[in-house]
Amino acid sequence: MNESSPILNMSIFGVFVLITLFVVIRASRNTKTAADYLAAGRAFTGPQNGIAIAGDYLSAASFLGIAGAIALNGYDGFLYSIGFLVAWLVALLLVAELLRNTGKYTMGDVLSFRMRQRPVRAAAATSTMAVSFFYLLAQMAGAGGLVALLLGYTDSFRQSIVIAIVGALMIAYVLIGGMKGTTWVQIIKAVLLIVGAGVMTLWVLAKYGFNLSSLLGAAVDAAPKAGEKLLGPGLQYGKTGLTQLDFLSLALALVLGTAGLPHILMRFYTVPTAKEARRSVVWAIWLIGIFYLFTLVLGYGAGALVGPDAISKAPGAANSAAPLLALELGGPILLGLIAAVAFATILAVVAGLTITASASFAHDIYANIIKKGNGGDDKTDEVKVARITAVVIGIVSIGGGILANGQNVAFLVALAFAVAASANLPTILYSLFWKRFNTSGALWSIYGGLAVTITLIIFSPVVSGKPVNPATGKSPSMIQGVDFHFFPLDNPGLVSIPVAFLLGYIGTILSKDKGDPAKQAEMEVRSLTGAGAEKAIAH
Amino acid sequence: MSSVEHTPSESAPDAQKWADVQASADFTELKQRLRKFVFPVSGLFLAWYLLYVLLADYAHGFMSTKVFGNINVGLIFGLLQFVSTFVITTLYVRHANKNLDPLAEKLRNEIEGDGK
Repeated sequence: MNESSPILNMSIFGVFVLITLFVVIRASRNTKTAADYLAAGRAFTGPQNGIAIAGDYLSAASFLGIAGAIALNGYDGFLYSIGFLVAWLVALLLVAELLRNTGKYTMGDVLSFRMRQRPVRAAAATSTMAVSFFYLLAQMAGAGGLVALLLGYTDSFRQSIVIAIVGALMIAYVLIGGMKGTTWVQIIKAVLLIVGAGVMTLWVLAKYGFNLSSLLGAAVDAAPKAGEKLLGPGLQYGKTGLTQLDFLSLALALVLGTAGLPHILMRFYTVPTAKEARRSVVWAIWLIGIFYLFTLVLGYGAGALVGPDAISKAPGAANSAAPLLALELGGPILLGLIAAVAFATILAVVAGLTITASASFAHDIYANIIKKGNGGDDKTDEVKVARITAVVIGIVSIGGGILANGQNVAFLVALAFAVAASANLPTILYSLFWKRFNTSGALWSIYGGLAVTITLIIFSPVVSGKPVNPATGKSPSMIQGVDFHFFPLDNPGLVSIPVAFLLGYIGTILSKDKGDPAKQAEMEVRSLTGAGAEKAIAH
Repeated sequence: MSSVEHTPSESAPDAQKWADVQASADFTELKQRLRKFVFPVSGLFLAWYLLYVLLADYAHGFMSTKVFGNINVGLIFGLLQFVSTFVITTLYVRHANKNLDPLAEKLRNEIEGDGK
């Protein structure tokens, strides 16, 4: 890393922060009501929102994690990106438009529509916070590793300071800009990320005469240990029957998790109509798909040009593959640009998560449970509560990020997906498509899904009991020296997702509650026609 | 507890209106058109994804078979998942624009026109 210049990296990132802060402040000028603050006045277009969704979705785990996984584990890294992409079809076909037509600000709006308001909103807010918290931890933990790599800070004290700075910036974005400001940050970041990755992809391909086969050959040549195995599946997940089962579990969580991620669902409320929500998913699918094709080239390119040994030895290990490739291709300036983009990625995703969690608290818990929906018309107190919550969440995530520093980013994200797929998706699908579904079923599937997922995670090898790695002298588990795991898989999805669907079904049929037919009629008609849906606010 | 506000606008249609629309032929048709597309297609792409995952997980030999140069079956299968995702997206948008939107708009105008 001798050629890397921390000052250059910092300056480029500083420019990004200044530009985005300027945009955020400008965007905040018209932010007055709750719909402005929490849903950006519903005035973004489909393409704008689609780019912002790509910005929200292509987190540091996607960019650094997948490129690194491909560089080290070859084909098995590619499997992640396929799950992440195919998952969007669930959102497009089953969720996005119906959700836009039925809700206002949060997932809780849709889940509680025809149920008893307070218990279901409380449940929806709980699982929104749980998913956002796992996701936040993943991003903040990633920030620590990135700092080590890009600024050369290897001691945990200076890394913690940088995590705190990232957290403080994120709080500023959310406080000042609300949903509109964070959406613009997402858009700017997504464009930079996709263009940056695109340039690097063309650069790598040009080195191999635009021949994918020769690139793959070079990657195999540079990896004497893995060799030909790099090109086929199984290097990472094919070791034993258990790792194969774990992969199946992960694949299920990835494909069913996306449509249950609250920070993605909330983005559908920033557009004026269901048709625009559809357009935004279409834009997101194309951008995300193309980006993952780039990471395939970048991952194998990093393997071929930098070499798996050099990547494993670098601070940040697998996560350093893409930055090291940038250094190899374009020297310190390209590294600085890519590093700034990676930082911006973390900042933007964390801001998006924070506004989601604070919106859920302000809208579901404060306005509808504590105030029982009797707040003022412009809901200024809801905005105030959302702002205070954002600060609290920001501080908690700084603390959590410092504690989680060094944890595996991709894992934490996969766990967030497992919680989303188990606690949220069954309830969303049942409320949209199953007439008989009732309050009891909703509570069973949310709390049941959440409880099963979190219990299985706590008693999984991720938390305790992985054998000590002789090279580092540490166990890859979170807690060292004890072993209380009884669930054999790292990812709980294979068990928790079917269980949550089943619980929603059992909870429904065991209850005598037949639901409110009038509300069911209203919800179904609204969800399909868009009648009575929230309109855009004209300023 | 059902007194908590659900409806955003003051001129919201009443409960009878929603029930009438739900029972109408146009609405049944709209619901059929949506479900007849999204349910089978969802089943199809999930099965296709699962097939891919199971092959990648348990059929290493088959997936590592080289087709030309260093391009193997697994890579082609993986890229086909991208292709199928893009194709389904395009087909759904075409279906929605042609078969769903006009009917939804007609019903929406009926409801909102009446409510005011």
